[in-house]
Amino acid sequence: MGAIVHIATDEAPGGADYELPAQNESLRVLEKRGARAERGVHGALSPCVQPMTTAVEPGTAIDSAYAIELRGIVKRFPGVVANDGVNLRVREGTIHAIVGENGAGKSTLMKTLYGAHQPDEGDILIHGTRRTFRNPSAAIDMGIGMVFQHFMLADNFTVWENIVLGSEPGHLRLNMRKARRRIRELSEQYGLEVDPDELVADLGVGDKQRVEILKVLYRGARILILDEPTAVLVPHEVTELFASLEQLTQQGATVIFISHKLDEVLGNADAITVIRAGKTVGEIDDPSTVTAGELAEMMVGSELPSPETREATVRDDVRLEVVGLTIESAPTGVDTVALAAGLAGGIESSSGTPTSHRPLDDVSLRVQSGEIVGIAGVEGNGQTELIEAIMGLRPASGIVKVDEQDVSELSNTARRNAGIGYVAEDRQRDGMVLSMTLWENVILGHQAGDDFTHRGLIDRDAARERTRQVVEEFDVRTPGIDVSAFTLSGGNQQKLIVGREMMAKPHVLIAAHPTRGVDVGAQAVIWDILRQARSDGLATLLISADLDELIGLSDRLLVMLRGKVVAEVDPQTVTPAELGSYMTGAHHHDGRSASGSPGDGEAPA
Amino acid sequence: MNRRLLTTFAAPALAAVAAIVVSSVAVLVAGESPATAFKAMWSQIDSTESIVLIVNRAVPYYVAGVAVAIGFKMNLFNIGANGQYVLAALLAAAAGAAVDLPAPIHVAMIMGIAVVVGATWAAIPALLKAYRGVNEVISTIMLNYVATNLIAYLLAEHFRNPDQPNIRETRVLPESARLPSLNSLFEAIGFDFGPGVVLHGFLPVAIVLGIGYHVLLNRSRFGFNLRVSGENPTAARAAGISPRRMIIVTLIMSGAIAGLIGIGPLLADPQFYKYGDQFPVSYGFIGLSLALLGRNHPVGMAAAALVWATIERATQALSFVDIPQEIGIILQGSFLLSAIIAYEIVRRLSADAETRAASRETPGTRTIAEAPA
Repeated sequence: MGAIVHIATDEAPGGADYELPAQNESLRVLEKRGARAERGVHGALSPCVQPMTTAVEPGTAIDSAYAIELRGIVKRFPGVVANDGVNLRVREGTIHAIVGENGAGKSTLMKTLYGAHQPDEGDILIHGTRRTFRNPSAAIDMGIGMVFQHFMLADNFTVWENIVLGSEPGHLRLNMRKARRRIRELSEQYGLEVDPDELVADLGVGDKQRVEILKVLYRGARILILDEPTAVLVPHEVTELFASLEQLTQQGATVIFISHKLDEVLGNADAITVIRAGKTVGEIDDPSTVTAGELAEMMVGSELPSPETREATVRDDVRLEVVGLTIESAPTGVDTVALAAGLAGGIESSSGTPTSHRPLDDVSLRVQSGEIVGIAGVEGNGQTELIEAIMGLRPASGIVKVDEQDVSELSNTARRNAGIGYVAEDRQRDGMVLSMTLWENVILGHQAGDDFTHRGLIDRDAARERTRQVVEEFDVRTPGIDVSAFTLSGGNQQKLIVGREMMAKPHVLIAAHPTRGVDVGAQAVIWDILRQARSDGLATLLISADLDELIGLSDRLLVMLRGKVVAEVDPQTVTPAELGSYMTGAHHHDGRSASGSPGDGEAPA
Repeated sequence: MNRRLLTTFAAPALAAVAAIVVSSVAVLVAGESPATAFKAMWSQIDSTESIVLIVNRAVPYYVAGVAVAIGFKMNLFNIGANGQYVLAALLAAAAGAAVDLPAPIHVAMIMGIAVVVGATWAAIPALLKAYRGVNEVISTIMLNYVATNLIAYLLAEHFRNPDQPNIRETRVLPESARLPSLNSLFEAIGFDFGPGVVLHGFLPVAIVLGIGYHVLLNRSRFGFNLRVSGENPTAARAAGISPRRMIIVTLIMSGAIAGLIGIGPLLADPQFYKYGDQFPVSYGFIGLSLALLGRNHPVGMAAAALVWATIERATQALSFVDIPQEIGIILQGSFLLSAIIAYEIVRRLSADAETRAASRETPGTRTIAEAPA
């Protein structure tokens, strides 16, 4: 009904005078209320008016129906209902956020929408018409494109080659000029600046993401779905991303993004849908009417935990001391990283990208008993190398001392025996063996100690007993200790790993991304464990990409950039934005470590 | 537990049915009746003598399977078991014939030489991979050719039996170097195989090897490291397990066991007691099939070895009914291929089932699992 009125108004471009925008706005409100009345339900949320009518081209905004409407989507997998009646209404030309905990069913919903699988029940309406997508290319044909969290780009191809890959213009011969021109047009139109001829390997994370977005636009998408687009970005890149998205929507495109960073959602989304346990639990048309706290409560159904640790427990004894730790670039010959990757069937190690600088350059730090020292930095700036050098997994020059004992020449197992616990950065890649049982995974990393082996033989009873303790004390939710690790959720896997390391009573803990990709409940448990261990005197080196976690847990914060420690900041006073500028080298600090001299190269202002 | 048994046996059973169907089609294409073929094959194996012959043949197959499986366990493909065992057999045969020792010591010495030679030959690809990143598949295959030519040279120029100048073979091993048959053992418990049927004395060695393999893999720290390295090499590295050391030790161990493959025929088969042109040279490749078929499991590979030997024995009867014996190879091939497919299907189904069971039984599950990737 509202639609008809709308069309009549908008389709009189001749009369496009000052009045039109205002008219248009009020009509939108009407239309919205009408739509709500029709459906009856829809929470007690206030209607809002989007201040973007002026930018919407005539013709695109005419369609009053939602760009996307999902009604009662149910998707079952063996044994679980991932989506249990999800509703989603996305207005044309808006930025729409979908928030929810890990495992709430966001990704399943997005896969449904972009044709990766079909829902068991429910309808997908695109511009008011019911559609079914047999596969992702059917969704692309309808103008729906997906930008994945993990970039799917060929590093050895240029930007334009990556963009046209899979939808090459021309049949037998590539029409390069046409492709390049089209990409230039797109990037100008939407403010997505990248040089089409640059090699993707040379791009930063933000640029790569722009390439991913361009790829989707190149295929003609008008509705973009972004899966946790900011997870890999530093603060200023996040700002840039949302500016681009804003520009996209102003030109009539529709953006859906998944996130669990609530401030980001509140600051940038025009509307929000909250999903919990497979159901839509909130639809917010005007984000200014809710607070982050309210959103979080909707998400988890309870109070949000915080990583705060404040009262100082730092003692005088230095547990971990690192002096001048350096890894020279371009390792020669076959190193163990490559060997392990070779056995895994991979070609190169994940962090083995060639760099012009030393992967780890003269890093010194000390961690005292009862202290958590955080390492902040954009991923790939030497954090992986630092922890692996401390753990003895990568050859490095320099000194590592544990409890005053020089362990620089010792093997990884000897260092563990000297009292270092290790939570590796990627639990499924480095921290556990998914196909093995829980009790076998509890042995992992401690197989060389005396706890679980006697004269070369595995002591199964000891391992099983320890596993039972870990499961009980660290709240690992599992039906038993004989199940394979892959049956556990990410949070429970991580609790098992943290528990395994804690039970070995380390003096020093290297914790890399201890709560990455785990649900809020497990995150709270892990934070509690770290806090408790800190007050019991554990020295923790914490590496994280979650700035809130770093600021909340750390007693001191070091920032790494291009293999060096470039700044030390006080987590009590630093803001995420400041930290972000240190991390990218934009911040010209007062030279606490003069060797850092950040600011060259790609450093943004 | 029941489900586990079911999934263990479902795949091979399905594969057997598929293999029988495929080979029946092959027989039909050849213009013969499958019923005739299978009847003839059954009559060929339906006797005590046949069973003993099958076991004799299966034993070295089994050793080959174990040798290859230990490499498979950490994704190392020892295609070079052939070269390793043939070279080991030749040198062990030559050394054994050159000395005179009391029986047990003589046997032990020959076995020891075979193990050392197999290990040494496998050490070449091991070191190449560990220090130079050379793919072991390529280096072991190429070393097979090197071994073949080396053997031809050694046999012709150095180890040839001077009493038989026209035949290329080593001297026959003396009585003290032979493994006695197990017939007397079975006769002692009132079991007679019949005249002329000999159960080779290498069987106990294979059984001990299988048990040792099981204990090593599942009870020892080395076996734990090995399995972790195979299942998740990056996690193994992060846990302080040196991939370099594991590659070297595992490939050498595989070669050492491979060295024993030829010991069965050499010391326990009255047909040989020497290395010559008739000596079997391709058991290593059969070992690859058996390790796949038996899923690197000590019992699974034993069953696979028996099946393999049974098919070989049974298809000998096909020539009596004018059906090409190659049907046997089709039977083996289709069995192997369909078994691998069936294993993968069963693996996925049981992984799903385990996840489902776990999420059902997990106490206090609040969140819902995401879609499987």
